[in-house]
Amino acid sequence: MARFGMVIDTKKCVGCMDCVVACKTENNVPEGFNRDWIVQEVIGKYPDLHMEIRSERCNHCDNPPCVSCCPTGASHVHDLGGVVLVNHKECISCKACLASCPYDARFIHPDGYADKCTLCIHRVEKGMNPACVDVCPTHCMYFGDLDDPNSEVSKLLKSRKHHTNIPAAGTKPQIFYLM
Amino acid sequence: MNSLSRRKFLKITGAVLGTAAALTGTAGMVVKSAKKIDEAKVKGIQKIPTYCDICFWKCGAIAYLKNGKLWKVEGNPIDPLSKGRLCPRGTGGVGAHYDPDRLKSPLIRKSLRGKEEWVEVTWDEAFDYIAEKMNKIKAQYGPESIALFSHGIGGTFFKHTLKAFGTQNISAPSFAQCRGPRDVGFKLTFGEDVSSPERTDIKNAKCIVLIGSHLGENMHNTQVQEFAEAIENGASVIVVDPRYSVAASKAKYYLPIKPGTDLALLLTWMNIIVKENLYDKEFVSRYGFGFEQFTAEISHYTPEWAYVETGIDPELIVKTAHEIARYRPASLIHPGRHATWYGDDTQRSRAIALLNALMGNWGVKGGFYTPVSMDVPSYPYPPYPESKKGKVDNPDNKYPFAHETITNGIREATITGKPYPIKGWFVYATNLIHALPNEEETIKAIQNLDLMVVIDVIPSEIAGWADVVLPESVYLERYDDINVEWFREPFVSLRQPVVDSPHDQKPNWWMAKKLAERLDLQNYYPWNHIEEYIEYRLNAVGYSFEQLKKDGIIPGEKQPIFTEEGALLEFPTPSGKVEFYSLQLAGAGFDPVPKYTKPQEPPPGYFRLLYGRAPVHSFGRTQSNRVLMDMMDENEIWINSDIAHRYGLKSGDYIKLKNIDGIVSNKIKVKATERIRTDCVYMVHGFGHNSKMLKGAYMKGASDAELITQYVIDPLMGGTGMNVNFVTFEVEV
Repeated sequence: MARFGMVIDTKKCVGCMDCVVACKTENNVPEGFNRDWIVQEVIGKYPDLHMEIRSERCNHCDNPPCVSCCPTGASHVHDLGGVVLVNHKECISCKACLASCPYDARFIHPDGYADKCTLCIHRVEKGMNPACVDVCPTHCMYFGDLDDPNSEVSKLLKSRKHHTNIPAAGTKPQIFYLM
Repeated sequence: MNSLSRRKFLKITGAVLGTAAALTGTAGMVVKSAKKIDEAKVKGIQKIPTYCDICFWKCGAIAYLKNGKLWKVEGNPIDPLSKGRLCPRGTGGVGAHYDPDRLKSPLIRKSLRGKEEWVEVTWDEAFDYIAEKMNKIKAQYGPESIALFSHGIGGTFFKHTLKAFGTQNISAPSFAQCRGPRDVGFKLTFGEDVSSPERTDIKNAKCIVLIGSHLGENMHNTQVQEFAEAIENGASVIVVDPRYSVAASKAKYYLPIKPGTDLALLLTWMNIIVKENLYDKEFVSRYGFGFEQFTAEISHYTPEWAYVETGIDPELIVKTAHEIARYRPASLIHPGRHATWYGDDTQRSRAIALLNALMGNWGVKGGFYTPVSMDVPSYPYPPYPESKKGKVDNPDNKYPFAHETITNGIREATITGKPYPIKGWFVYATNLIHALPNEEETIKAIQNLDLMVVIDVIPSEIAGWADVVLPESVYLERYDDINVEWFREPFVSLRQPVVDSPHDQKPNWWMAKKLAERLDLQNYYPWNHIEEYIEYRLNAVGYSFEQLKKDGIIPGEKQPIFTEEGALLEFPTPSGKVEFYSLQLAGAGFDPVPKYTKPQEPPPGYFRLLYGRAPVHSFGRTQSNRVLMDMMDENEIWINSDIAHRYGLKSGDYIKLKNIDGIVSNKIKVKATERIRTDCVYMVHGFGHNSKMLKGAYMKGASDAELITQYVIDPLMGGTGMNVNFVTFEVEV
């Protein structure tokens, strides 16, 4: 079984938002909403500063609270790669998932369902990368099978220091940031 | 830019002229020619290659249509500039086509200039109006009294029509308001400029020095891609900036310099490197001119002295000088691009050129490569009429090293009527209200005009001042001239229509040709459609138009671009060498070796206004693009946290800015941050639109240009230094 995830190199990321724009056009994300976003985390006092730049999105958690809290089963884990998805037809837009997500990764689509990153499952099923990965001008994003020890993502996680976002939430995020 | 030496270079290395390049194509790519999309209701996905126009970089792109409707734009994998990955603006290019604020039909002013009150007219009416006024101006003042301001490759055909009409007063803000001082500084030193795309070999550099250059926020695609590659390869990055930029966050050394003192740092670095014998002696002795005078001139710039000027710890200055020298020749001091800062910009750029020369990195891997190009001749038009009057922008050669036309020189002549009156302005795809400093002077000049024509895709502020506004098709809807690029490898790329224009917009070539016909200049347009023009140019060198339509790019044969590969070094300066000491400058009464002068201090309670780029916007041209608007719909004023605290300001508050001339900005959101010095503030350029027709962007954020009332002219080349304005905060909004 494959377990899809992403590894993002914060050393290379310049926070240009190309990932956000590519997601928007690829997936026709409506005006006023985005499925991914950029965080610039600054620590220190001028001029002794450190900044980490992260491209963030749904973490496609191994223990996804948005799935366990969904009253209709619309939020579900896809058979392929453990990707967390929303079945639009079954969603009653009760917003329980929005409240449960520690990453604020979801929004209610104007058409009336909870929406978020799908890891571009429509592309992945065809053997392509998510749109954000393929557009990145700095090549800072990697997509692949975390269960395969020989995949690029697995190798990167073995060789580089990394972290996930809010690990204390216990959701087991599958988006990893190289430091 | 076809500089003489590169032409020579081509001859030496054997041009690809006449050889039809073999094309590998792209596996699995279904590409259809533009004509096919005219068939209504095309089912499924179509891919059509073109090149981008959201900025001037001209990245090769592939537009995707879903059932005949524009869906998305991606990079063209065979394009050497984008390598299949566009920047966020290019990816958001679809928003340019769908922008609801676009100009839709030709407009003629119906009340006072600047009132933005219009009558929609037909194209015939618009051309009749323009041609009549042009002929009147020609009869009364001569054809030279019409000037063109232009930006980008789309200006090609309007330039042609106006040259045929008899004027040479054709300019672009990209010179005197942007890269001009840099290009002149490098030309004075190496005999050649760094051109565009810059000939910097960032990807192979082992040490990269960025001085105020904010790659990563400034998204010149190839440069950013190579910067990321260099970071991955472990390059040592040194960033000199009053603001902790994105690039600074990637740096091994960040130098928080006091604004306006870069030249002090550069001269000191060079003095350390020379005194400690860390420079490339072989390069300097072989290619250098006037090195002894140069070393004498810079010998008094010590780290301790520089500390007082720049605020940078002397130890850090010494350490970074050593770091730069350690990696030579693969040590690249980036020349930057937007260089019009303080009015001494050519001399600062010359110092950057000289520091690079000390590294011996010209023509060398990790330094500056020698760009190559295909030799595609231009279309054989009849010769243009000769002007007896010469150009209006630089009377008596006041700015002796200006090698392009000075926009603000044309503006000045329009105001004063000297050396001769300017009575007509054409403005193509550049918002002069945001591009030129001191808006009041621009408006004053416009009041002296008998004709003002703006050609653009969106109703920018300058369009609001026009007599006639001509709505242009966006790049996804039109052909333009082919792009014969000077780059690491030679190639030709095509811009071709992907979708139809939604209203009565027309491509620039069509407008320029129609206007020429109205002016009885039809002999300058021997072709009926631009396709014939492109086909002629391509056929002249044996390339296939059909192939180019299908692939978007025709690659040429690789040629040597480094001395290691056999590229020849030549320095077309008067001495034929790298001019450490410039007799040209001395002869014209300027410092032959750059000298430091102190910048003006901000008055108490005021902060120096700095401006720059955001990765998701190009100039003031993309703020109403609804895709890019969702990335960033207003700019912020960056204020140091301690200063913000002192004024009781926090992030998210709105304030207004007031400059020393009493100009008050639109309201702008505060970004209280550690990422900037306490003596300056910063905002992204291009926001704060007040054109009523630009609904999506109207009054969102503030305009830096509006606050740039002061400017210092570079005496060498006429550029306008614009980082010389000071603002204070108006907290009550």
